[in-house]
Amino acid sequence: MANLKINGKTINVDVEDDTPLLWAIRENVGLTGTKYGCGIAQCGACTVHVDGVAMRSCGVTVSEVAGKDITTIEGLAAGGVMHKVQLAWIASDVPQCGYCQSGMIMAVAALLKENPKPTDDDINDAITNICRCGTFQQVREAIHAAANA
Amino acid sequence: MLPRTHEEAAMNLQVNQHIMPTLNRRAFVIGAATAGAGLALGLDLPFGGPSVVRAADGAPEVNAWVVIRPDDTVVIRIARSEMGQGTLTGLAQLVAEELECDWSKVTTEYPTPGQSVARKRAWGDFSTGGSRGIRTSQDYVRKGGATARMMLIQAAANEWKVPATECKVSNGVITHTSSGKTTTYGKVAEAAARLEPPVDVKLKDPKDWTIAGKGLKRLDTVDKTTGKMTYGIDVKLPGMLNAAIKDCPVFGGKVKSFDEAKISGMKGVKKVVPVGDSAVAVVADTWWHAKSALDKLPIVWDEGDNAKVSSETIAKWLAEGLDNAQPAYVGNQNGDAKAAIASAAKKVEAVYSYPYQNHATMEPMNATVLYTPDKCEVWCGTQNGEAAFAAALEASGLPAEKVDVHKLMLGGGFGRRGMTDYVRQAVAIAKQMPGTPIKLLWSREEDMQHGKYHPVTQCKLTGAFDADNNLVALHYRLSGQSILFSVRPEALQNGMDPAAFQGVAQSGEAAIGYAVPNLLVEHAMRNPHVPPGFWRGVNVNHNAIYMECFMDELAQAAGQDPLEFRRKLMGKHPKHLAVLNAVAEKIGWGTPAPQGVYRGIAQVMGYGSYVAGAAEISVTDGSKIKVHRIVASTDPGYVVNPAQVERQIAGSFVYGLSALFYGGCTVKDGRIEQTNFDTYNSMRINEMPKVEAVMVPSGGFWGGVGEPTIGVAAPAVLNAYFAATGKRIRTFPLRNQNISFA
Repeated sequence: MANLKINGKTINVDVEDDTPLLWAIRENVGLTGTKYGCGIAQCGACTVHVDGVAMRSCGVTVSEVAGKDITTIEGLAAGGVMHKVQLAWIASDVPQCGYCQSGMIMAVAALLKENPKPTDDDINDAITNICRCGTFQQVREAIHAAANA
Repeated sequence: MLPRTHEEAAMNLQVNQHIMPTLNRRAFVIGAATAGAGLALGLDLPFGGPSVVRAADGAPEVNAWVVIRPDDTVVIRIARSEMGQGTLTGLAQLVAEELECDWSKVTTEYPTPGQSVARKRAWGDFSTGGSRGIRTSQDYVRKGGATARMMLIQAAANEWKVPATECKVSNGVITHTSSGKTTTYGKVAEAAARLEPPVDVKLKDPKDWTIAGKGLKRLDTVDKTTGKMTYGIDVKLPGMLNAAIKDCPVFGGKVKSFDEAKISGMKGVKKVVPVGDSAVAVVADTWWHAKSALDKLPIVWDEGDNAKVSSETIAKWLAEGLDNAQPAYVGNQNGDAKAAIASAAKKVEAVYSYPYQNHATMEPMNATVLYTPDKCEVWCGTQNGEAAFAAALEASGLPAEKVDVHKLMLGGGFGRRGMTDYVRQAVAIAKQMPGTPIKLLWSREEDMQHGKYHPVTQCKLTGAFDADNNLVALHYRLSGQSILFSVRPEALQNGMDPAAFQGVAQSGEAAIGYAVPNLLVEHAMRNPHVPPGFWRGVNVNHNAIYMECFMDELAQAAGQDPLEFRRKLMGKHPKHLAVLNAVAEKIGWGTPAPQGVYRGIAQVMGYGSYVAGAAEISVTDGSKIKVHRIVASTDPGYVVNPAQVERQIAGSFVYGLSALFYGGCTVKDGRIEQTNFDTYNSMRINEMPKVEAVMVPSGGFWGGVGEPTIGVAAPAVLNAYFAATGKRIRTFPLRNQNISFA
């Protein structure tokens, strides 16, 4: 049993303490925008914000994040207005298959919060998500566009 | 409550409209009665007719490809699968171009394979592999759009009692030129759907295109930025349970026994079921519970003789195939290469090899199945709806009219989701729990260890020169695995796998670009037990590395510039040469590169397209490679969406270079050693070079886009590596040579 504060709502989920946050979000809360890719905190498809910091939700348990502010891709748009990263993503037509993009967008949104005008090197250091389609060129373009939005 | 009907089940899914079928199945009952033969039906592409077929919302079909709603929304049916490559948008552009509709009012939907079969394959081939999505359906989808346009204009003309020739259309608005009367597609669609389709349908000259040929935005982007897009893994059905599966880690092995009692008390566990004779699945309330229990389930395997196989034993067996005394299939030859080599003034020889690769789609394999004795429905991402349908037919044992497949967005395909193993497994599990929807999801570990791998090959190349350093002979001897032998044995030609010669074939869609007086290209087929599959680029990958790296070796031996050396051999292949020249010019071949930067070049033909690539790299300490810049050129005949072609080109380099640097699946004790992205890594943004696409469509043919350029990714970089270091790398991945990204 864990109390999770997700996208501003507190939700009581009936799971074991060691359940990865990813699976509680997807299966118990029912928000499927956060994706499973590897389960070992490598690929970043499951990236969410925990107290504003990008985290790989497959690598943290529900008990570790109980009471903390968790934001998923579904909660990124505030008050029905898309986040500037989402808007930049649409303008640059970034996604191909799109499966990694929730995690990519969440990682970028957290980066821009911390570093509003990242250089290419900053981006290289901070964004470590895997995209097998290879959208990186558009990802970089959209990050700069969002930073300048 | 379980969904009682297909429509209810579909409505219970929270899915995106672009990809969810909304056809009313009842409309096809008459057709279904004639569909007993399943997929063994001829192609009968309908372009409309007197009896109106309706979509689920009642809107009339003008024909199978085009539904128009009263509010002028145009629903374009897409049979091929979208997996990121942009086919959904590109095909819609082609239909919309001929239809002359308002692009801003276009939406798309997938017909189901069951519906297609019930209508004598109304939508033709569903298969989305081999870069075929657009090139092999462009003619009939454009005809579908053009036919619908003519019927819509005719319907307006009938209403106005004027000849259709006096009417014109633009953006879905029909105008009677002399009277100025106008109407819209939405208003005449009902009448148009009742007309006999015209027989004489003329397609536009591509030079007149206004929707196709443009870099329009994809139709599926928004939902991919909000988390709303529904992939197979996201399917939710009422009462659904989740399954995790473990197949025998040694391919060909079997389950001997498993001890269900050890996990049956674990939280959420509902059932433990055998799947075929080689796998076990745990069904639980959540997938996490299923997977956690499966990890604790004692399973005893009968691994069989394959457990003795390793990468070393495979390599040894393949190396024996390089011996000319061993039998081999001849794929391409002219002159007498062996004799010319024997008498040559100078000869050069090299042996290359290329490893297994996993597709590693971001979304692991999965399928959701609801089975009852009266119905088997499958929800999954698949590159081939009809193959998934056929797999569900066979695995369920039900007749065609009781089976259907609902396609969802694919979290990557790259060839993997053209296979149907995961569909068969999901049906086999659901069949043991009738009435309960089951979602089968593979763990990443299962996905890594039960792939359909890029085949393993070796190649011995021998080139011979005359006294003037002219190349007089080339012997290309390939040894290794055939994909078709395993996947489509019926496509073998007297035992030979014609696809093994992709990129080095005499003619066709993957023809060699060089004319050598004495040429011998042959394949000693050796098929290890590891299951092969079509992996983006397929046999072009290794063939292009072998041929293009060796071309550089030959140029070096002849003391000539790699570009000039190639050009001399390409006089009879002007289209190959044109793309090579295009990249050479754009990268500045022959002009000084920036300090410390070195260039490499390569070309190949695959999937009907001519492609070339050039790389600029720098190397630190002989082993740290920074890829600064890639120029890649393609001549696919026609470009339907340049923005998407550009993205496919860039993406193909990520896929190809990931495999070159990080990939390589190795075999130990009969199983694949790599289990996740920690041991089978993939490029990140910091390793991404700048990729510049040069599109030189020359027209008159239709080539593919998704795959061809992957062929030149690795050899362009490897040839640049030689330019930088003087070292040839002939076995891969580069990590095994302690070479990495800088």
